[in-house]
Amino acid sequence: MRLVLRGITKRFGSVVANDSISLTVEPGEIHCLLGENGAGKSTLMNVLYGLYKADEGEIELDGVVQHFTGPGDAMAAGIGMVHQHFMLIPVFTVAENVMLGNESTGFAGNLDLDAARDRVTEISDRFGFAVRPEAVVEDLPVGVQQRVEIIKALSRDAELLVFDEPTAVLTPQETDELMDIMRQLKEAGKAIVFITHKLREVREVADRITVIRHGKVVGEADPQASNAELASMMVGRPVELVVQKAAPTLGEEAFVVKDLRVVDAAGHTQVDGISFTIRAGEVLAVAGVQGNGQTELTEAIMGLQDDTSGSITLDGIELVGKSVRKVLDSGVGFIPEDRQVDGLVPGFTIAENLMLNRSFRSPFVKNGALRIGALRAFAQQKLTEYDVRARDIDSLAANLSGGNQQKVVVARELSRDLRLLVAAQPTRGVDVGSIEFIHKQVVATRDSGIPVLVVSTELDEVVALADRIMVLYRGQIVGIVPADTPRETLGLMMTGERPTDLKDVAV
Amino acid sequence: MSTAIEQPTPDSGGLAPDTVVTPTRSAGTRKLPIILGVLTIALAIVLLRSGHSGKTRFQLAVDSDFVQLPDIVVPSGPTAWVMVVISLALTGESVRRMLAHLRQPIWIPIAFAIAWMSGFLSWAAADSRILVVSLLGGAVALAVPLVFGALGGVLGERAGVVNIAIEGQLLLGAFAAAIAASTTGSPWAGLIAAAVAGALVALVLGLFAITYFVDQVIVGVVLNVLVLGLTNFLFRQVLTPNADTLNSPDRFQRLPIPILGDIPLIGPILFRQTPLVYLLYIVVVVVAYALYRTRWGLRVRAVGEHPKAADTVGIKVNRTRYRTILLAGAIAGMGGAYYSLVSVSQFNREMTGGAGYIALAAVIFGKWDPIRATLAALLFGFATNLQGVLSAIGSPVPSQFMLMLPYLVTIFAVAGLVGRSRPPAADGVPYRQQ
Amino acid sequence: MSDDDQPTPESEKPDRTPRSDFDVATEPTEPAEVDTAEDASATPEDRSRSVLREIASGDAMAGVLAVFLAVFVGSVMIAATDETVRQTASYITARPSDFFTALWEAISGAYSAMFRGAIFNYILDNPAQQWRPLTETLKFAGPLILGGLGVGLAFRAALFNIGGRGQMLIAGGAAGWIGFQLDLPMVIHLPLAILVGMLFGALWGGIAGLLKARTGAHEVIVTIMLNYVGYYLLFYALTKEWLLKTPGSVNPKSPPMHDTAILPKVLGDTFNLHFGFVLALIAVAVVWWLINRSTLGYRIRAVGENPHAARASGINVGRTYTVVMMIAGALLGLAGVNQVLGTVSSGVSLDLDASIGFDAITVALLGRSRPLGILAAGLLFGAFKAGGFTMQASENISVDLVLVVQSLIVLFLAAPPLVRAIFRLPAQEAK
Repeated sequence: MRLVLRGITKRFGSVVANDSISLTVEPGEIHCLLGENGAGKSTLMNVLYGLYKADEGEIELDGVVQHFTGPGDAMAAGIGMVHQHFMLIPVFTVAENVMLGNESTGFAGNLDLDAARDRVTEISDRFGFAVRPEAVVEDLPVGVQQRVEIIKALSRDAELLVFDEPTAVLTPQETDELMDIMRQLKEAGKAIVFITHKLREVREVADRITVIRHGKVVGEADPQASNAELASMMVGRPVELVVQKAAPTLGEEAFVVKDLRVVDAAGHTQVDGISFTIRAGEVLAVAGVQGNGQTELTEAIMGLQDDTSGSITLDGIELVGKSVRKVLDSGVGFIPEDRQVDGLVPGFTIAENLMLNRSFRSPFVKNGALRIGALRAFAQQKLTEYDVRARDIDSLAANLSGGNQQKVVVARELSRDLRLLVAAQPTRGVDVGSIEFIHKQVVATRDSGIPVLVVSTELDEVVALADRIMVLYRGQIVGIVPADTPRETLGLMMTGERPTDLKDVAV
Repeated sequence: MSTAIEQPTPDSGGLAPDTVVTPTRSAGTRKLPIILGVLTIALAIVLLRSGHSGKTRFQLAVDSDFVQLPDIVVPSGPTAWVMVVISLALTGESVRRMLAHLRQPIWIPIAFAIAWMSGFLSWAAADSRILVVSLLGGAVALAVPLVFGALGGVLGERAGVVNIAIEGQLLLGAFAAAIAASTTGSPWAGLIAAAVAGALVALVLGLFAITYFVDQVIVGVVLNVLVLGLTNFLFRQVLTPNADTLNSPDRFQRLPIPILGDIPLIGPILFRQTPLVYLLYIVVVVVAYALYRTRWGLRVRAVGEHPKAADTVGIKVNRTRYRTILLAGAIAGMGGAYYSLVSVSQFNREMTGGAGYIALAAVIFGKWDPIRATLAALLFGFATNLQGVLSAIGSPVPSQFMLMLPYLVTIFAVAGLVGRSRPPAADGVPYRQQ
Repeated sequence: MSDDDQPTPESEKPDRTPRSDFDVATEPTEPAEVDTAEDASATPEDRSRSVLREIASGDAMAGVLAVFLAVFVGSVMIAATDETVRQTASYITARPSDFFTALWEAISGAYSAMFRGAIFNYILDNPAQQWRPLTETLKFAGPLILGGLGVGLAFRAALFNIGGRGQMLIAGGAAGWIGFQLDLPMVIHLPLAILVGMLFGALWGGIAGLLKARTGAHEVIVTIMLNYVGYYLLFYALTKEWLLKTPGSVNPKSPPMHDTAILPKVLGDTFNLHFGFVLALIAVAVVWWLINRSTLGYRIRAVGENPHAARASGINVGRTYTVVMMIAGALLGLAGVNQVLGTVSSGVSLDLDASIGFDAITVALLGRSRPLGILAAGLLFGAFKAGGFTMQASENISVDLVLVVQSLIVLFLAAPPLVRAIFRLPAQEAK
């Protein structure tokens, strides 16, 4: 199926998300949409899928102009979508999820589950997916859930498949498998749109690349182009792909974790007896695919995990068993992995957010009352210092862009007297300018002699910031390796395999 | 493994336990033995402190039975103690299972409930008799509005709409039923009017909660106040001056079912009731079947669990929600007809007296499942009827404490003492289409 | 949410967590800021137009219209149930003037009766008696304001306290017990009764907070259920002489309060207005300070806006829930005390809450959970109440009409888009 988008424009209020975008996707072709976070790629695909209505422009499939009023129309026209956040119902079985919206029924709307199971098995066998139709989706690993999404699209005879940032949640191995599936689908004559901001993946599978920036098509790129070329096209200026930093000045073994074990609410062991140390003035970066215990590790340090055993000491002081407040008071700065959830109060002003973890004592509190004057002066200063783009300190955090929100969090954490910085996914969903800024701040913190723990699922970020890299897999340490370890080795370690000749670097 | 499935954030009124404050370590299977143990000890203490001598007569038959079952006459004290021993044994079994990390099967609490209740009744009704048929049959009758209301609640919440307005639906249903039945002379017309009235309340709920994204709990509470004010106002201004024409409906009469009604014990309890009760049996079965086995049910559940996922496969989320809550409202409204067409034959101010909230409790106690919610409603109906029976035979338990029971049980239920329940994931979260 | 592929700012993200216009726990959101530079370019002309537009489409206008709409519905109900109106309507084509006269008389009669009952009785001659209705309004407003503060404060922590009734009953019962069982000098007796009442209200409210903190039990369910548990507890207490029962009486009502425990009248004995209203005003000031200036209030708001972030910032969310519910319970308890020791000092009874527990919810909603807003809303609904009784007495229109109008106001206020659609006003800029 041949897809033509002509002059698609989509506005949200006064913001233009898509500005007259035109695009052609041929059958049997993998067409990459490359762009930064917030460039407007997903918006475009949601327009294509009938989730948003375009303000201008038209969608043409095999020469026929389409008027989608909802995803149902798009699906009927042969468009299938594998969403970034899977659109699966956790408590339903695979078969129920696949049949939903497209149910075969018997008498009086009675569900024909057998037919649905057969359909799943048939598609699963055809592409070698190995998915059981009776399995409940929430029990499946992420990679398998993604295949359920693909089966869902294929079961509706989709001819055009859209993959929206599909590799964000996958291991390198699963990513390779997905690439194979995409090639297989291409061989079967499907048209494929692959949305991503990861340069490596683009170069591996793309037949054609369209780069989008600030809601506009900035041009086509050659799949043979170098990373630097693609990146500068994506961002609109040359980008420093490496963070400038000097060799670390190592101090004491300030932060020591021993036999840490974390069990989550469901009773699963998420961190399985890990031990490591970080020296003052050193960045230890944790690599690993999402969901391998990184979240629980950082939360355990902060006292946010209830079932934690083992020992975590900072400058000799035990942190396990302490309340979050005590941990913060002992000088731990925390940039949480999801600022919208754990980092900010969206309905508070910037100033109010800047005192969030200092609501008990000075400098902003006196005798149980707020010292509004002191807070405002502080906020004013940080606004300039951290280059937060906002009208004033009374702007609500909810109204800031992702990058500026993250800067508020970083400003709050770095303006306390720190003895340890824990930064989880410090640049997730942030524009490139803010990424550079935040990376500089992290390095500056390390250079001031503070131990830093960085957790990131982006291997690029890990490599850029780390003095040493710790790879986690299923809650255990696969190895702690030097920052210059080859990517292939790190990728392999992220799947849990430890190269035999590997040596852990001592501190 | 954390999954990549996007979970809707329930910060807009869902009734799920709060994950932020909930301690992650749960007491798990320890709760059941503790509860059983406490209850057993309580009964034993009551017996020790004020033991009764004399005999208790359990009358199983009613006069018109085809086959007359004999009465069971037992000595009060010893029987009560035997039941304490049985309760103790069941508690022990549950403790054993807890220590062996085995699942607690459902028969333990059921057997315990029967044994404990028998012991309690033989103590409370010493030198008196318990009409088992009227105790249980009355419980079924009293549970009718609760079951209707709970089913309405379950349906709405399964589609993602919290329905606090069950009380309002019952009340307006009762009001409409009285007027329609009075003007037409047929209780069936009253029943239809009750369903329409319930659906009307649901429509307003939907307008605010679905179309305008107003917090569903708030709309529900305010709707209850609105219906209360409206019916009180109209009762005083319109119904009272015209009581003969507008507020004197014909009642539903008891309609024994020929063969089923003659089965000893079960027949009089279940099948010598009013047509409204038989309708209830049908509604329960149909709702339970439709929710789990049909396309309609699959879609309703999908919309309540993950509306966006449903939207991406072409299901009209808000349309599905509207349809579901209208049906739910109609079902709850029919429950209201019980008050003005079965219980008494007229409408009175505030005659539902908070039953809608007990129905809501049954929804939660029944873990958002139509069958379990029905059973919970029956349990609450039993508690209410037991209170009536006990105060009639002059039981020593203050009636206020018996009346408190459903509410206390619900508090224990939501506090997780009888197993944590998990509401539909998107319960109470409005869905905004872009 | 973090990697949403939307252009900045994120406030424009269409898939933000759904938030109703009627999010009681938040201040009205500022218009989205696109860029700092953008505003400066707006010409003065644009700005004045946008001000007009803001008035036409803003919340203030919607609020006024909501009240207007609710009163209109109330008028229709009055007219539709009026005997004369219905009679004249049967021959409206023959003599329409009769119908319209009757219509006017029914509606204006009702509302002028409300005015006479709530603000100023122009029929009487004596100025003191003429202004007496206003003092009645203040009397009714007192507990509504207190209750509204209790519900509103809980709203700020994103807790929905439907348990006002139970908290009032328990507090009223406890204060009543002190009020007639003990013999003490007034300087001790009255404050003691008030404090004990507030304490019991705090305990009753605190149960819901504690259960939420410890087990995650939803406060809506728990407070609803506690209403009934409280009711039956008070009922039980009213059957025991060592608690609240009047010896020799079969009615569930306690003996009257001793004089030393009764809230004194503010304006002398000719007016019913007692010090409960003054307590309400003090409570408004205290709660205002608590929410806006104290660290506890800051933490309450943080927990209400985003409990996850609050927890990650070292705020004990569970303890905050418990404390908020205790304060809320104490405020509603004070409303109950106000009834038992002030408005109805003839004895504790099961209807001492006079539906204030539920009215308080509408007061808090109308007042947008802000103390001064609650003060205004409490005065408005107090006036409705005072006027409603006069309307019922003189025009024979059920006072329940007030309940209908009150809940309609809250509903319409909850959905400004609906009100705007009804009046065909321009829609607000997409938020």
